[in-house]
Amino acid sequence: MTTVAIVGAGVAGIEAASVLAAHGVKVKLFEKEASVLGNLRSKAFLFPNFQASDQIVDSLTAKLLVDGIETITAMEIVDIKHTSDGWHLSDNKNHDYLADAVLVSTGYKVFDAARKEELGYGIYKGVITSLDMEAMIKADKLVNAVNATPRKIAFLQCVGSRDEKVGNHYCSKVCCVTAVKQAIEVKKRLPQCEVTIFYMDLRMWGQGFEEMYRTAQEQYKINFVRGRISEAAATFDGRIQLKSEDTLLGLPLKMTTDLLVLMVGMEPSEGTVNLGKKCSICGDYGFIQSTNPHLSDNTTAIDGLFVAGTAKRPMTVQDCVNDGRSAALAILSRIDTTGNLGAE
Amino acid sequence: MNRYWNEYQKTIADDHYFYERSCIRQTFFPGSETAFLRILREELGKDIFDDFRQHTCTGIGYHADIVPFETTMTVCARLFSLMTEHGYKNYVPSCVTSFGVFTEVLHTWQEHPELLEKTRENLYKATGREFEIPENLVHPSDIIYKFREELAGKMKYRLVNSFTGKPLKVVEHIGCHYAKIFPDKGVGKAEFPYVLAGMIESWGGEVVDYPERRHCCGFGFRQYLIQENRGYSISNTKKKLESMEPYEPDFIVTNCPGCTLFLDRWQYTIAEMEHKTYDKDGYGIPVLTYEEMAGLLLGYNPWELGLQIHQVQADHLLDKIGIEYNINDKYKGVSGTIFRKPEKPTILQV
Repeated sequence: MTTVAIVGAGVAGIEAASVLAAHGVKVKLFEKEASVLGNLRSKAFLFPNFQASDQIVDSLTAKLLVDGIETITAMEIVDIKHTSDGWHLSDNKNHDYLADAVLVSTGYKVFDAARKEELGYGIYKGVITSLDMEAMIKADKLVNAVNATPRKIAFLQCVGSRDEKVGNHYCSKVCCVTAVKQAIEVKKRLPQCEVTIFYMDLRMWGQGFEEMYRTAQEQYKINFVRGRISEAAATFDGRIQLKSEDTLLGLPLKMTTDLLVLMVGMEPSEGTVNLGKKCSICGDYGFIQSTNPHLSDNTTAIDGLFVAGTAKRPMTVQDCVNDGRSAALAILSRIDTTGNLGAE
Repeated sequence: MNRYWNEYQKTIADDHYFYERSCIRQTFFPGSETAFLRILREELGKDIFDDFRQHTCTGIGYHADIVPFETTMTVCARLFSLMTEHGYKNYVPSCVTSFGVFTEVLHTWQEHPELLEKTRENLYKATGREFEIPENLVHPSDIIYKFREELAGKMKYRLVNSFTGKPLKVVEHIGCHYAKIFPDKGVGKAEFPYVLAGMIESWGGEVVDYPERRHCCGFGFRQYLIQENRGYSISNTKKKLESMEPYEPDFIVTNCPGCTLFLDRWQYTIAEMEHKTYDKDGYGIPVLTYEEMAGLLLGYNPWELGLQIHQVQADHLLDKIGIEYNINDKYKGVSGTIFRKPEKPTILQV
């Protein structure tokens, strides 16, 4: 029986495990954290249909309760090597696991906003990240730095994405629509709160995204300002003073808000960077390079080593589900009639 | 505290410095440079050379678009040649503008070695002099920052209100050319500079973080040097003073000649124009150089430090810290002559 090791139990990894198990493949699913789907659990609702992410978490974790999938949590795979008897995976406790193929789905981490010093994250309590905002929405408790109800909130797009200064030239793909989603969630709870989103350009590329953007403006009266924030500083009463430029009006702008929400982009997780380097499949910015973005997006330059999900590039949950299935199919197509991984 | 800038450490040489004085500081804050030399030699036991043949770095002329960069590079090269002649490798310009100019010149030579060679040729043809590039270029505030704990052990006073026992609230302001042009050349970089904040914290004070902390002091070269632009200059200073006012700072400390001057002198002008002062009692907020701050805490005579030359008088601050001084010596010159007391401003209390 073919054994496939999947490193990373996020959306793509679990979806791939589920499809492989349904086709009789034995799966060992490794997760370095104590529980699976860490990134997804941090979300409250998912765009574009505002579905509770907990529902998706429940559906995905249920897929692991089948024969053929062994989920090993709190175990970090730190090295992968190929020998004549197959793939050897080593964890951080010196265990060795053998598999016929490996799927790397080690995912992403959010950009550390403290690297953008001028925005004051980690210094001023009123400056938070989109992850912090998601947690507040999930807890249904929106508060400012002094634990009071915010009257004014600003969101800043592209923090750590499309930013030459921090070395991330790429777009993180999900932040534009996430800010619109979070802004709507704020207005649902606090209709009197004045919400402004600062953007470079809004990339409403997905189905239903443009409609959300329109609803945000027409129904929820959310303001959109095209401009970057150059500086954030705390005021005497614990609010946040922003300096920006409205590039459509061509005027400088100063605003004081209760909260500044930094829409942090995606970067490859430490696991992604580490395995990418160790296996020589590292691409731009530390993400893992697939063989071909059009036709072979789940294989890598190393035969028997596959990749799925945000280990490759920023993706939505929807993308990850599809990519996990696609990776499973790529692996299944390589298994011959004897149940072994045949030559490519 | 942002962990990224906290982790960053600038290389600051331990000893053997070549000191270059500022064009304007000896006029505006006449005791500061002398105090710096005294602190280094007497308190820290360091070797620092003060050459009488030194001259401008061209900074003000360069930033006012009067002096071309080729000239600036050659003039800076002559200053380096003085350092080389005396066998020093660590260059310490007193002025933040000079520090910025030298940093820019060295960076230019690094990126364009042909300009370094051209400058060597220009200097040799003009003066017959040769020079070495400094191994370490730091601002004097970097050196005081480096030895701040050692100095703290020698200090007679601390930045504490002797009446209340509470830390003094200090606004620190860094010259733009210290870290805003080349952020990695300043302690703490440009957004949250730590060079003065580190001194304040080590010496018992509390740093005031106010919204316009990073805003220009009001000098901005062309804002002031071109007379028609001076409205921009004072409006920038006013913006800063208004922003810091609610925090009720005890004093402002800076590491730049222009910043000290404009934050100090414009307080008088604003008081005359708008009948407005930025402290509760109408005395204004004293503005000190970091050398004056260090000198006061070390127990140096405030009048030898030149505090009476400032627009906003610091007598109340001295009382707050508990510094002993003789008010009768305030206008006594080095020769013992008592000079005429300056006229009192209309609004600003003295």
